[in-house]
Amino acid sequence: MSFNEQTIKTVANLARLRFPKEDEAKFMADIDSILDWVEQLKEVDVTGVEPLVSVSPRETAIRADEVRDGNIQAELMANAPESVQGFYVVPRMVE
Amino acid sequence: MTDLVTLHIAEAADLLNKKEISAVELTNAHLAEMEKGRILNAYITETPERALADAEASDKRRAAGSALGVLDGIPIANKDLYCTAGVRTTAASKMLANFVPPYESTVTQKLKDAGTVMLGKVNTDQFAMGGSTMTSYFGVTKNPWTDEQGAYSLVPGGSSGGSAAAVAAGLCMGATGSDTGGSIRQPASFCGVTGIKPTYGRCSRYGIVAFASSLDQAGPMARSVKDCALLLGAMAGADKWDSTVAELPVPDFAAALTGDIRGKKIGIPKEYRPAGLNEQVAKVWDKGIQLLRDAGAEIVDISLPHTKYALPVYYIIACAEASSNLSRYDGVRYTERVPGATLDEMYENTRTDGFGSEVIRRILLGTFVLSAGFYDAYYIRAQRVRRLIYDDFQKAFETVDAILAPAAPTPALSYEAMKRMSPVDTYLGDVFTTPSSLAGAPALSLPVGLSDTGLPIGLQIIGKHFDESTVLQIGDVLEKAAGFDLTPRRVKG
Repeated sequence: MSFNEQTIKTVANLARLRFPKEDEAKFMADIDSILDWVEQLKEVDVTGVEPLVSVSPRETAIRADEVRDGNIQAELMANAPESVQGFYVVPRMVE
Repeated sequence: MTDLVTLHIAEAADLLNKKEISAVELTNAHLAEMEKGRILNAYITETPERALADAEASDKRRAAGSALGVLDGIPIANKDLYCTAGVRTTAASKMLANFVPPYESTVTQKLKDAGTVMLGKVNTDQFAMGGSTMTSYFGVTKNPWTDEQGAYSLVPGGSSGGSAAAVAAGLCMGATGSDTGGSIRQPASFCGVTGIKPTYGRCSRYGIVAFASSLDQAGPMARSVKDCALLLGAMAGADKWDSTVAELPVPDFAAALTGDIRGKKIGIPKEYRPAGLNEQVAKVWDKGIQLLRDAGAEIVDISLPHTKYALPVYYIIACAEASSNLSRYDGVRYTERVPGATLDEMYENTRTDGFGSEVIRRILLGTFVLSAGFYDAYYIRAQRVRRLIYDDFQKAFETVDAILAPAAPTPALSYEAMKRMSPVDTYLGDVFTTPSSLAGAPALSLPVGLSDTGLPIGLQIIGKHFDESTVLQIGDVLEKAAGFDLTPRRVKG
């Protein structure tokens, strides 16, 4: 199977996850067995079948871009782990 | 005196209207039962002050002759996946353990506008990923139905296991659930309650913590089909904050319960009876078929040929969408942060610490099937097979009005049994629910019989898109014919 040590490192990096070696081995084995199981989809003839992206009866609608509230900065920022004067604070990115 | 915590919503509404009970009395009875029922761990957050304030307001409205309708004063619980303004909303995760939304989900707002009383927020699998509540950061919920030794050793199912257990044990009169691949229907079956996953596009997803956006759907859970019909009527409807919701009028679902299903064609899909189907489940299914036939329905054998591919298709699509939806938890906006020297390290530390292992497994799988080189072979192929599954249902509904099938492959399992299962083994529990999820069709789960060891077993009625009325109508007839009025032994205080 293609889900090897290199793949899990690449995928974990894409998903911004990082684990110790033993967890990595466990997740690798789990995903490998899940991928083995989904292999059965290869036996289905899907020639000419359009992918089904959404079962919603509606086309994506666009609504007017208008202000509906405001002055709720404090409420919104209340969930920020770190903020200063209404800004989100993250580790320094530029020296 | 009436036992207030065993009433159905429709019965309580009648007593409230006749002013034989007050919303405050009804709420207090439930708050007391919740306290006794804490051993079940159904609630993550109880909101007794909010509940009493809601109930007092309801009583005032009723006294003034301005009650908001049949649900005014009815105490309910919300799955802790629905954002509730000012009330902690955790998705049963460490990541959101302290998250207090500044806004309200559309569905819970609609229930509030209908006058319901919120008792609290109930447990779920973490980010709704699981079928047992065992992935909850806040501990497992116990199924109020006990094993043969009388012990609380069984899972309530999931992900809406807190909702199902609370409804079954009388810790609320009804609850919101959500269903992505069976998360309302399987716990309803495990706990002996009723729940409906409406058509995709019937209820707004706005403000529900997103798992897989092309599949997630809100729905009610309660102790009767009629109660589900009443709750669904309040929850459904177009919403400008979710463009996937249909702009269709919401029917009077309760009015559809005519009790007469003579001439209705009910499909029995042969693929749902694989070799080795659990005997107890098969027996209850046969009983359901007979009851509907006795009620005058016409039973028709049908085939949904791509059924066996639904599970792998579901896990590819749901995990792909989850990996994308959960990328928002970055340690910047949602309360939880584990520091790191760089921005990327902070992301990695926060996400690895804040997500449980099932969530991580699904993010990894989803990221993989969406990654360059694998996208077509997995994700696009799954979407193609999804169309074949959708077409199976469309074709079946050319000849039948609804489909009757089991809701879950087994009665409730024990924690111990589930702990020993591999991820793929646990995914097999969704075998009967994922096909209709992928098709977006409405499906009701209701208890129809008991296993040899006295555990509830539910059946599913799957209907045409936006035809919940027929699904509920047939369900109501089946419920009355089955006469399933059993509740688990009451929790001792």
